[in-house]
Amino acid sequence: MTDLPKTTGKKLGLVIDLDICVGCHACAVNCKEWNDGGHMAPLTDLDPYGKDVSGVWFNRVHSFEAGDHECGRTVHFPRSCLHCETPDCVTVCPTGASYKRAEDGIVLVNADTCIGCKLCSWACPYGAREFDEIDGVMKKCTLCIDRIYNETLQEIDRVPACVSTCPVSARHFGDLGDPESKVSKLVAERGGMDLMPEMGYRPVNKYLPPRLPKQQKAAPLMPSEEVEAKGFLAWLDRRLSR
Amino acid sequence: MHPALSIVFFTTASGAGYGLLVLVAWAALIGHHAPQTYFGITGIAVGLGLVGAGLLSSLGHLGHPERAWRALTQWRSSWLSREGVMALLTFLPALFFAWRWVVADQIASLAAWLTILGAALTTICTAMIYASLKPVRAWRNLWTVPIYLVLALYTGGLLTGLLLNAYGLRGPFIPFFVSIAGILGAVLKIGYWAFLDGGRSSSTPENATGLGAIGKVKMLDPPNTEANYLLKEMGYRVARKHAGRLRLIVLVLGFAVPIGLSVLTLYVGAVAATLFSLIAVVSGAIGILAERWLFFAEAKHTVTLYYGASRA
Ligand code: SF4
Ligand code: SF4
Repeated sequence: MTDLPKTTGKKLGLVIDLDICVGCHACAVNCKEWNDGGHMAPLTDLDPYGKDVSGVWFNRVHSFEAGDHECGRTVHFPRSCLHCETPDCVTVCPTGASYKRAEDGIVLVNADTCIGCKLCSWACPYGAREFDEIDGVMKKCTLCIDRIYNETLQEIDRVPACVSTCPVSARHFGDLGDPESKVSKLVAERGGMDLMPEMGYRPVNKYLPPRLPKQQKAAPLMPSEEVEAKGFLAWLDRRLSR
Repeated sequence: MHPALSIVFFTTASGAGYGLLVLVAWAALIGHHAPQTYFGITGIAVGLGLVGAGLLSSLGHLGHPERAWRALTQWRSSWLSREGVMALLTFLPALFFAWRWVVADQIASLAAWLTILGAALTTICTAMIYASLKPVRAWRNLWTVPIYLVLALYTGGLLTGLLLNAYGLRGPFIPFFVSIAGILGAVLKIGYWAFLDGGRSSSTPENATGLGAIGKVKMLDPPNTEANYLLKEMGYRVARKHAGRLRLIVLVLGFAVPIGLSVLTLYVGAVAATLFSLIAVVSGAIGILAERWLFFAEAKHTVTLYYGASRA
């Protein structure tokens, strides 16, 4: 069970566009809303109205500053399970509760057999697994398995909750194993990246890098040399600087 | 990483228990103290007792202890599963060995050898749980397994010393063994700490976010204002100052004092020797618990790169 499938039929995953994400957290909130009643429900909150609030989230939006000066920019960065192709979070699991589906590559936890040893969360470099203190089991993004195959939903809604809610369309869902799919083309065109490739987990989800400003000589914001005042201005300058 | 007391206790207690089992079985095999029935039976009982107490304590760490049997199923891929299987398997030869010794006053050599093998393999599996975790540089390195093995033998040696003295079976072998294993353990720990302080993992905020092409990456806002599971479990940090002090405690209480006392037992009377070896066990226990606590507390996980850490 915790052996990984040799190949998966599809490689379903997300493509997240860091160029246009505005950091509104709508995806994280809609994820929480849907999944609180979904496959891994509930997403327990501890002390929800108290001082020390904490709870299970499958998707968290960070904000970073990258680069300095005129090239620097703020990048909003949603972080969730990348449904890796060779993830240790699955192989370290002693019970078989953690598994990767052979048909579509989705990485899931079986809440009925998980013993809550937390080892899988240690094995995930990306912090994509969160332990539910109340249920005593590990929880994680399901790629909205209960939406994408859900025939009671309209076809347009058969995408993960985060994708359907993003107001700027910074999130895309599809089969990254099919080079002809929209998401694969997007990744090819924009140079989609793997996070921490050195771990060797081969994430399925890709991140599209922010577009860099066109190479241009940055115009100085202020004249860099001081200009000597002449005539009336020189006189005024002398008066004022006394 | 969060140093959960149940795991700190589990790894140290079962390590010492396996070390003791190995030394008792070995003593029996080479005919050194055998067949001293009481020493043998107490040694095996204390050894298995420590292993059992450790296993029970590790169950306390689980969200669903009643499902723990499921952890025996995935030995093909999971070191944690392999550890559970090996721990249970090792009970079989150990119990048979004990039974022959007590009931028939005989040393079952095959069972003794299998006990030694099982103890070694279980300790290696425990260490491999940590040594196989790629996101934690402090664990995934070549120091982890030898340190677990040497410390298991060393702490087992301290316990064996106490039992031998208590039964009036004093000899130079255990003080010699404890000195060698202890000095080796201390040297390995010092080397490990130099490795820990001297390098960094190849993961950075730049490749964790993929934004390195733009420039240096700094956290601006975390996703949430309060701490969450990830930060509590993986973001545990111990102040450098405290870590320095604890390392000293490990070296002094964990190694220097017990080694010194073990050697001294050779030069004093029987009562004093027993007392010395008891103090050596207590001091060693405090030191090695501190060592294991630090093993967790000083370990950094790559997820902290998303939460403002500049290195992992
Ligand atoms: S992101 Fe983490 S939890 Fe998800 S598949 Fe990869 S290693 Fe496993
Ligand atoms: S917490 Fe559950 S899913 Fe994760 S490794 Fe342990 S048993 Fe497997």
